[in-house]
Amino acid sequence: MAGGAASGGSAASDTYKQARHWLLMPSWLVLGLFVFAPVCVMVIYSFLTKEFRGGVIWEPTLTAYDQFFFDRGLFGDSDPVLQWTYIGIFWRSIWQAGLATILSLVIGFPTAYFIATRPAKTRALWVFLVTIPYWVNLLIRTVSMKFLLRDEGPMNDALLSVGLIGEPLQIVNTNLAVQLGLFYSYLPFMVLPIYASVERYNFAMSEAAADLYATKWTTLRRIVLPAVKPGVIAGCVLVFVPSLGAFLAPDLLGGAKNFMIGSLIEDQFKGNAGNWPFGAAASMILLSMVLVVLILFARQQRRAEAVT
Amino acid sequence: MSAKTDVRTYAGFRAMTLLCLFILYAPLVVVTIYSFNASRSLTVWEGLSLRWYADVFVGPESAKFQQAAINSFSIAIIAATVATTIALAAATAIVRGGKFRLRAPSFGLITLPIMVPEIVLAVATLIFFNSIGFTRGYMTILVAHIAFCIPFAYLPIQARMQGIEDTYEHAAMDLYATKAQAFRRILLPLMMPGIISGFLLAFIVSLDDFIITNFVKGAGIETLPTAIFGSVKQGLKPNIMAISTMLLGLSVVMVTISYFASKWDNTK
Repeated sequence: MAGGAASGGSAASDTYKQARHWLLMPSWLVLGLFVFAPVCVMVIYSFLTKEFRGGVIWEPTLTAYDQFFFDRGLFGDSDPVLQWTYIGIFWRSIWQAGLATILSLVIGFPTAYFIATRPAKTRALWVFLVTIPYWVNLLIRTVSMKFLLRDEGPMNDALLSVGLIGEPLQIVNTNLAVQLGLFYSYLPFMVLPIYASVERYNFAMSEAAADLYATKWTTLRRIVLPAVKPGVIAGCVLVFVPSLGAFLAPDLLGGAKNFMIGSLIEDQFKGNAGNWPFGAAASMILLSMVLVVLILFARQQRRAEAVT
Repeated sequence: MSAKTDVRTYAGFRAMTLLCLFILYAPLVVVTIYSFNASRSLTVWEGLSLRWYADVFVGPESAKFQQAAINSFSIAIIAATVATTIALAAATAIVRGGKFRLRAPSFGLITLPIMVPEIVLAVATLIFFNSIGFTRGYMTILVAHIAFCIPFAYLPIQARMQGIEDTYEHAAMDLYATKAQAFRRILLPLMMPGIISGFLLAFIVSLDDFIITNFVKGAGIETLPTAIFGSVKQGLKPNIMAISTMLLGLSVVMVTISYFASKWDNTK
């Protein structure tokens, strides 16, 4: 993603060659000082000793990482036993983000395909319709979702009055609510890359398949899907990555039982846990997982580009 | 071609699209409707009223929300303006500065805030401010917002600049315009749609932010999202529906402007 966009379009030139370092200076300063440096300091903090109420003592230790994986008893002197509390939270986050991604794909793919096959004139409008909700404040969208799904909320009212259900569906504070919330948060990230891929797809290939007596669904599976795979993978990555570290959807829709990574980290700094090195270490583990996904993704996209 | 033999269309895809739009809009529509509910209860509908809008402006919590709105909007305007300026300078260097060794690393640094998960960036920023002894408050929120808004302002600006041939600037310079004049009189006006999109994007992203703000804000200072979150944690209330509807309307207006700005082709 990064390399491709930076390589410049056809209109790249060197008109402002002499001034280029001065032009870049403000972004280096601001981002270097307030993004890059903080991430480096966070790495250091994850190897420090925690102070009683937030903050750290400058003594290097691996305690934060050790605590993540092992239980050493109340006084820290028992033999280490692998403990599942935090690993479990990470595992649940991966699982929830994965299900949200699948949900987005199942609904997002037909949507993206449908939009890409509209007449050129109306396409932009459809895309616009799908993206508008994304620009509404994420907190407000999540709160709205909670309002709609509540036990005594409008959705249950409607279903009850039509007689589809006998008693209110309990959705809030379940895994399903979190998945719906994540789906709602990041759906446009699924639709847009798939849409871009389908728009470039040459439908003569589908016609050729039909001429050779392939059914339409076989054509979709064997011809269209492989051709638009880069877009599908991009969509999945763009939904999965932010879902993994999401805070609002699990916190507001999931309740205490459905703790995810975001809440675990938040609790170390804003909540009761107050263990900064542990929060930094958990952030590092999350960041590493995201980097692995992004690196795999970049390699896959390069390979796809090499093929076409 | 009939729908049966048309290889492009699939049965059910239209229905899925409509379902998708329904899921996207249903919560927003429902909240908008209920924000006009006269009832104190969230469940019972008692007819149309602007009661909760009045409550937002003159009710018991109005002072809190007004201060939060002032903080949110002033931070969003300053952060978006500064970020757009920085992004414009950076895009000029990256798109119009020839090939150089720091080009790819610079692009990487600019897009870093969108690569790093938001919660991680929030943790890193909090720890950093704490370790250099920067007291948390309005300034820490502002600085953090400027930093993470830069990529959002940058991407539309870069896309626009890549779409503008440099022949216009060269023509001006052939007619003895200086580089600064060519930039100000030729490139900048042509860049306007990209700059507007970038600014609006940065503005919305700043106004939208909850996670980073929640980490770097000090005690006693709130922005709209943190104030709303705090209120929602106590339970859903109708005045939150009214605030949400107003912010929702603002977002729709801004994204519509951004949409038309990006369609606006002033290179002809």
